[in-house]
Parts: sequence; C-alpha cells; structure tokens
Amino acid sequence: MTSYSYNYGFLDEQTKKEIRRKLLQAVAIPGYQVPYGSREMPIARGWGTGGLQITLSIIGKQDTLKVIDQGCDFSVNACNLRNFIAATTGNTVTTDTAEASIVQTRHRIPEEAMREDQILVFQVPYPEILRWVEPSERETRRMHAERDYGKLWVFLYEDIVRWGEITLSYRYPVLVNQRYAMDPSPIPRHDVPKLHQAETLFLFGAGREKRLYAVPPYTEVVPLQFEDYHFTVENFGGQPCRSCGSTSSYLNEVYDSETNERYFSCSDTSHCAKNSQGAIRHE
Amino acid sequence: MAYVAVKGGEKAIKEAERLAQYFRCRGDSAPIAVRQIQDQMRLAVDRVMGEGGLYAPELAALALKQSEGDTLEAAFLLRAFSSTLPRRHYSLPADSSDMRIMRRISSAFKDIPGGQFLGPTKDYTQRLMAFDLLEENSHAFRAFVSEYVAGDVPDRVLLTQQPRFPKVVDLLRLEGLLADPAVESPANYADLTRQAIRFPATRSMRLQALARGENGSMLALAYSSMRGYGAVHPCIGELRVGHVELLVPHPLDPTEIITVGEVLLTEVELVARMRNEGKGSVAQLTLGYGVCFGHNEVKAIAMATLDRSMTAANPGAPAEDEEFVLYHIDGIESAGFAAHWKLPHYVDFQADLNRLRSVVDRRGKANDLL
Repeated sequence: MTSYSYNYGFLDEQTKKEIRRKLLQAVAIPGYQVPYGSREMPIARGWGTGGLQITLSIIGKQDTLKVIDQGCDFSVNACNLRNFIAATTGNTVTTDTAEASIVQTRHRIPEEAMREDQILVFQVPYPEILRWVEPSERETRRMHAERDYGKLWVFLYEDIVRWGEITLSYRYPVLVNQRYAMDPSPIPRHDVPKLHQAETLFLFGAGREKRLYAVPPYTEVVPLQFEDYHFTVENFGGQPCRSCGSTSSYLNEVYDSETNERYFSCSDTSHCAKNSQGAIRHE
Repeated sequence: MAYVAVKGGEKAIKEAERLAQYFRCRGDSAPIAVRQIQDQMRLAVDRVMGEGGLYAPELAALALKQSEGDTLEAAFLLRAFSSTLPRRHYSLPADSSDMRIMRRISSAFKDIPGGQFLGPTKDYTQRLMAFDLLEENSHAFRAFVSEYVAGDVPDRVLLTQQPRFPKVVDLLRLEGLLADPAVESPANYADLTRQAIRFPATRSMRLQALARGENGSMLALAYSSMRGYGAVHPCIGELRVGHVELLVPHPLDPTEIITVGEVLLTEVELVARMRNEGKGSVAQLTLGYGVCFGHNEVKAIAMATLDRSMTAANPGAPAEDEEFVLYHIDGIESAGFAAHWKLPHYVDFQADLNRLRSVVDRRGKANDLL
C-alpha cells in the first residue's frame, strides 16, 4: 500500500514561501487585501483555513503557539486547529497569551495586551468590508483603488437615521493608515480599539475568499464614525464576570438551566483563569 | 460551571470521531474494498476526481469510502491532499482530436465523419429498479464479463486500427459559421490552484474553475440559463468521452516530450446562436466549451453552457454574470462555508444582542413619548 508523509507544517515549501511573500506585500500596504492562491486545507473552508495557512507559513521550530476560537482555547474548533498544527510541526503549544509567540484567533483579540515579539493571526470569513454595501468583487476593488467609500458612509448614516445608532456589532469598519477601509474580522467592537497603534503585528487570512491583509505594529486604525455619533464599544451594564470578577473584559451571557438565572462570564477563558489567580500583566 | 464544560472539547472531538467510525462499521457487513468502489462506483469516482481537481482514481475511491459516499466530502479530501503536493510540471495542451474514444455523439448532425458511437450509456435505458442486483452473485458477475469480452470481436478489430475522429465543430469552422473565443497564449495560462481569480477572469481561469466546479451548482445555474434566465439555447455539436495522453516537456531538454500518463475526459462542444449584440453583428454560431475528468456528461454540458452564457456583454441573469457563477460553483468552498455556521458564534451573537438591546432601550423611551 502506498504511504504518504507530510512536510513540516503540512504545506509544501513553495506554498509557504508564496504566502510569506504575499504577507510582506500586505504588511507594506496596511489594510490592502492581497489576492493569493489559497490552498485547500484538511480543515473545511470557512473553518479558519486562511489563518491556518498563515500560521503554517510563518511558524518556525522555536515558536510557541496558542489557538483560540471566540476567546476560548478549548472550543472544539480551536482544539482541532491546534492539534493539527502541533501534529504537523511538533511545536510547543500553550493557552497562555503571554507565553505564545504566535496566537491564531477567531473573532477575538486576547484581553491581555500583546507585545512586539508576538504575532496575532486572524481567521477571516469576509475580507471585504465593502461587502456590506456592494456584492461585486470587481466593483469593490475599484472602490478601494479610488478610495471611494461613499456607499459605506451612507450605509452608516442610514443606519443612524433608521435605528438611532450604528447597529453594526461585529466586523465594524475601520480605516487603516488613513487609506484603506478594512474588515477587522468578526471581532466585537470591544476589540476594535486594540488594533490602533498596537505593539503587535496583526495578520489576517481569508482562505475561502483567497485574500491576505495586515496591520503592522504602530499603525493608525480608526473605526468609522461621525463627529456627532461616536464609535462606542459594548456595554454590559457594569456586570462583572462571575468567575474572575473582571468588569473590563468582553463577556458572554450564560443561562443557568438549573436556576434559570442569567449571568456573564469572560469570553477569553485563559485570561479569566489567570485573572482569578491575580497573574495578569496590566498596562 | 460553563468554563469547565467547554474544556471537554478535546475529549468530545475524539469521542465524536470514534462514534462516526462506529456508524460506518456497525452494519456487520464486510468492509468495502477500495478497488470495488473504483470499479463499480466509477461515476462517483469520476465526479470526485473532477471536483477534487486531482486525477487519482484509487485515492478518489478511498475518499468515497472514508466519507461514506458523500461526494462533496470526498472531493474535499482529495483537494486537501493535493495541497501537500508541489506543482512540478505543467503538461502541454492535450489535443482531444486524438482522444481514444469510448463514446461520441453529435446532436447537430445525423451523419458525422467517423460516425456516432453510443458507447457505455444508459440514456435510452428505462429507469426501472434492477431488483436482481439485490442478490448479485460473483459467479454470474464474472461470467457476464467473459461472455461479453468473447463476443466483442468486431470492436477489438476496430480498436487495433486506432481510428481518428475529426471534430464535428471543425465542419462549422471550415464554413466560417463558428465564432471562436479569443485564443490565449499558453504562456499566459492562469493556474487556479496557485492564483486567486480576478475579474474580468481570463478564459483559462474560467474554464479551470468550471472544470472543478460542483455538479449540482453548475447544473442549477446552467439549467436556469436554458430555462429562460438568460438566453442560451444549446445544441451539442459534439460530446465525446475517452482517454487523452498527457505530455510534458522533458525538464532538462524541452525539445523532448514525455508521455506521463492518460486521463479519461468528457468533452462537450456546444454551439449556440449568436446574440444580437448590435448592428454590426456577424451571423455566426458561438462555441461553449466543457471538459471534465472522468465520465460526467451532465457536468460537461453544464460547463459548456456556462462558458457560453458568461460571454454576455451585459449580464442580465445570474448565469451570465461571471462573478456570480465562478464564486458560487465550488463545492468545497460553499459546503465548507455553509457548514461553518455550526461553529460557535457566541461572541458575535453577544455583540448583536448588545446592539439590539441598545436600540430597544432607546425606542422604549421614544415610544413612551408617543
């Protein structure tokens, strides 16, 4: 019977090199979506293949990896991705944000401030922020080239007229380096300010849509807002996390089926555990 | 506590995998041999190779076994496997005029040079349940093959002569009645597996995307055009199924050509009436081209229809819009994305609730004033 063995990091070296080159282009033009020849991974499309290809292309033997899904290290898909990367690289994995050199994430930025020597890799379902207002790729690329973001502004304006506020909750549009409107991936508003002038390199991978983009460290990232309608983050009414007592982290609502009680707990589970032990680095 | 409950992820995955494995095996029947799938489920194997974009019958059969017959999943397994393989060579364009034909028909002309060959088809077989297959014994199974081969003398004589079948659409070309799409230089051919599609797409990119598109998606879009959302009324100039040789220039001496193997293909050349594109329109037929791995006629017809429908200058229907078609026919992408909604979206949904409650609070105050 034929037997097959896989390369370090699953992808062949040519592919990794191609992805790294495209990432360099992405870093050089913050917020610009670089088309690339996305490969099919043994993980389904839409399940983090873009982030996965980035991680596998940049990871080296000395790296320590953390994978989170919705803030949680032990969510089934995070486990699956982490197991896959660990199995094809043999690298050390961790759940501690501070220990990791590469963090791959879906829909969250860790609560704990990340450093210059770390990279945060985002899994992106829709790389095109203009998809809110324009279905055609050909047209949205033209709009970016001409910095024609009028439709997006009108969309936000009409939202205010209709609902009294901008109702976009996650995937909130940001302007990067005063040039490109960018989809920050489906992170909640709570995480958007963390993109601005950050110490960390942010890499975004959309596998199904075949686009890569980046926000280099110390880049201006501003949510789109109006002078009289400012961007605001989620408000949990001052309720603390039931586990660690934090009032500053992003919370998930939990229903207790026994007591019919509703309470909140941190979405970033590793941060929550560390916070309970008083082991968090504060800025 | 919720936090502890989520920590079960690792164990839950392993147990779910074991349970799925149990469901595949629990029927107490003998395990299916991959070879049996390759031989007896050949159309499923062909479909999987086509959508998977990898000509590997044994691996496609294995993928079908592993995925318990789910063709989308099997094609996905093949694609993921091909990601691990470096691209070492590009073959030379294969000339399908030299195809070793096993089936060849035209619905444009009754008599065609070389003749019509029905080949292995069930087109004219009544679709009645073959209840005798419920209890098929291997003796009768093999006896049929021996008997069939023994009686196949005339065809074998024909095959030793290596007949050549000229292309039916060449007749139209000679008469100047066929408008061919602009020809791209092979040096400019795109590679869909290495580049993202950009719009307007080059024809080579288009054809590659269609060739590995998902059967059902392509059929639905092509059918919409045939039915009236669009205006392609196709006539099959020629449909042929057979093997073509794949040739690769020698890596060290490009003047030497090496045969690396052969692939089974289904090819459709469809002719359709010209559209009225304005006053200067030339009275000509236009060509739609479809080709896919294996024996898969409906897909090749759908592909040829879409190749033709996407030439519309001003798309007026979904099947005429290349972005709409090319972005939505890939089964691995669409199935993966549709399935991803099963992933937790707690964070996003919480953010949505937060906005919704904010609007409701404001509305509540406004409503009090009314």
